[in-house]
Amino acid sequence: MTNSALGPALHPAPAAGAGAVERRLRARRDTGRGLLMPYVTGGITPGWTDYLRAFAAAGADAIEVGLPFSDPTLDGVTIQQAGDTALARGASTRRILADLSGMPALGVPLVASTYYNLVLHEGPEAFCAALRRAGVGGLIVPDLPVHEADELEGAAAAAGIELSLLASPATPQPRLAEISRRSRGFVYAVSLMGTTGERTALAASAAELTERIRRVTDRPVLLGFGISTPDQAREARRHADGVVVGAAVMRRVLDGAGPDDLRAFLTTLRQALDQECDRPR
Amino acid sequence: MRNVSPWREPVPPGGTMGEPRARGRFGEYGGRYAPESLVEACREVDEAFREAWAEPGFRGSLARLLAVHAGRPTPLTPALRLSEALGVRLYLKREDLTHTGSHKINNVLGQALLAVRMGRRRLIAETGAGQHGVATATAAALLGLEATVFMGERDIERQALNVFRMRMLGAEVVPVTAGSRTLKDATSEAMRHWVGATGDSHYCIGSVVGPDPYPWMVREFQRVIGEEARGQCAAELRTGVPDYVVACVGGGSNAAGTFAGFADTPARLVGVEAEGGAGAARGRLGVMHGCRSLFLQDGDGQITQAHSIAAGLDYPGVGPEHAHLRDLGRARYVTVTDDEAVGAAVRLARTEGIVPALESAHALAWVIRAAGGGDLPAGSTVLMTLSGRGDKDVSTLKELL
Repeated sequence: MTNSALGPALHPAPAAGAGAVERRLRARRDTGRGLLMPYVTGGITPGWTDYLRAFAAAGADAIEVGLPFSDPTLDGVTIQQAGDTALARGASTRRILADLSGMPALGVPLVASTYYNLVLHEGPEAFCAALRRAGVGGLIVPDLPVHEADELEGAAAAAGIELSLLASPATPQPRLAEISRRSRGFVYAVSLMGTTGERTALAASAAELTERIRRVTDRPVLLGFGISTPDQAREARRHADGVVVGAAVMRRVLDGAGPDDLRAFLTTLRQALDQECDRPR
Repeated sequence: MRNVSPWREPVPPGGTMGEPRARGRFGEYGGRYAPESLVEACREVDEAFREAWAEPGFRGSLARLLAVHAGRPTPLTPALRLSEALGVRLYLKREDLTHTGSHKINNVLGQALLAVRMGRRRLIAETGAGQHGVATATAAALLGLEATVFMGERDIERQALNVFRMRMLGAEVVPVTAGSRTLKDATSEAMRHWVGATGDSHYCIGSVVGPDPYPWMVREFQRVIGEEARGQCAAELRTGVPDYVVACVGGGSNAAGTFAGFADTPARLVGVEAEGGAGAARGRLGVMHGCRSLFLQDGDGQITQAHSIAAGLDYPGVGPEHAHLRDLGRARYVTVTDDEAVGAAVRLARTEGIVPALESAHALAWVIRAAGGGDLPAGSTVLMTLSGRGDKDVSTLKELL
């Protein structure tokens, strides 16, 4: 049994052709819930899949699983260190997906994220088929911008993988419309001009970018990069449908925090998001 | 001698080494695989470069800087004693005689002028051996720009003299402690830094790698090597064009600039890589640092470390146009070992009175081996780009010899 069976959607597809990840996120958003997608680097510890269970228990709406790459050019030091640690332990795409295949269903959509070299290495078709077999429903590739995405888009669609594209504060509006149209699952809004990593405050560019995305799509919008505290999550929720939390999770993991510690941390974010439920649209 | 691909008839290949196809493609290679946050910055560089390169005024300013500051044109030197010993006629294109001591200055002056035109106040660069970093620091000082140079910690140890030169020129040198602490990691760190600095900084990439338009733009700025050499060969050689054109390849900028002057001639083009950094000869299709090209990878798709005595060749990939030239059979890519390169450096010093950079010594090592092994027929004329001088490698050589 794998996670691929998220079960028949509880709500009928609100958008024609939307995949399982998007249907789930839309349904939850439409109830007024702020979306939470925590990140974990696959293979970071021997029992790393326990983190996934902890994330699910803390109320994650989707979980991002990083497939570590030797040269992560969009990641700050924390995710870099997490990737190096996992690779030093012998982590690989194949082993991480095997670990996922061996898990009982979580009931939470899984979204893989990695750099394009690892996709090309297997070939886009084989890579997406392997994700599907492991129960992964979505994919994020930060060094694959929309104008280079055709090759993977087709392979992902054929395998039933929802490829989410990234939008940045520097993206001009017409291009933002194309990204929002071609993105599947959700639109990943990069909150600031920088790499991943914890920040002391939510960047001012985050609000402006999410407003610009909203003008061109009703697809779920998740804000990522730099969101590390309940206060920041609450503020992000005023603009976006939810948040991606990576470095704040992985710093704790690197410092030795176990699944229970992470569950407690994510619960504080979950509560912050739940408090901020009258988001203006 | 490792035969990577058989020679094909070097037919003048029309499109080869012109402007890349749509979306920055050289065959299936190239492209702009940049994070979304850098896509707009790449587009701005592309637009500015196209405009500038079409303007005689910009080209004139660059030509003047290359003449009065960098010392161009560089001579074509017949290597008489070595030629006699090898049974070929070897000519050296003397990029080692440029200001700052390597071909890197050609590209950097072009990009620095472009940065000024774009209203940028700072140059960001990565460096391996330090030659590109020194060139960037020099151009920045000359044009009143700031410079921030990323350099792997391991290279900082190996190239202490160049680190000092950069600092003396006013550049900030940032040590990179990630990964193998060499050129690959310095490049990643420079790209990360650029993401947060696109508003006021230009990323001055040092080789024919990176997202479109860099591979094309850097080759165009290095084309001056090939064009000068073409004219010098026409004046110097009975045949007008050499039989072989040889250059070392890390990312491949001096080779690209040299080949560009001869792509439409019958000359056979040879790129010489380090045994431990042979992206073109042994790489697999991949994407790194913004472009689709050939990279050394392990069975899981992780980029592997390159190892070369020449820091400038310590890069696990190769520029996308070289990957394309390889596929076309228009250029051939071969490898030589550290030992062969060191041997060639000593031999050039003792027969011609020239101490080459260890990078350039790789190109010479292939010429020596090929002449001895019959791969270069006796009497062939060979043009080799001597990309840099060996001052920076003296302490490395001192430990070995």
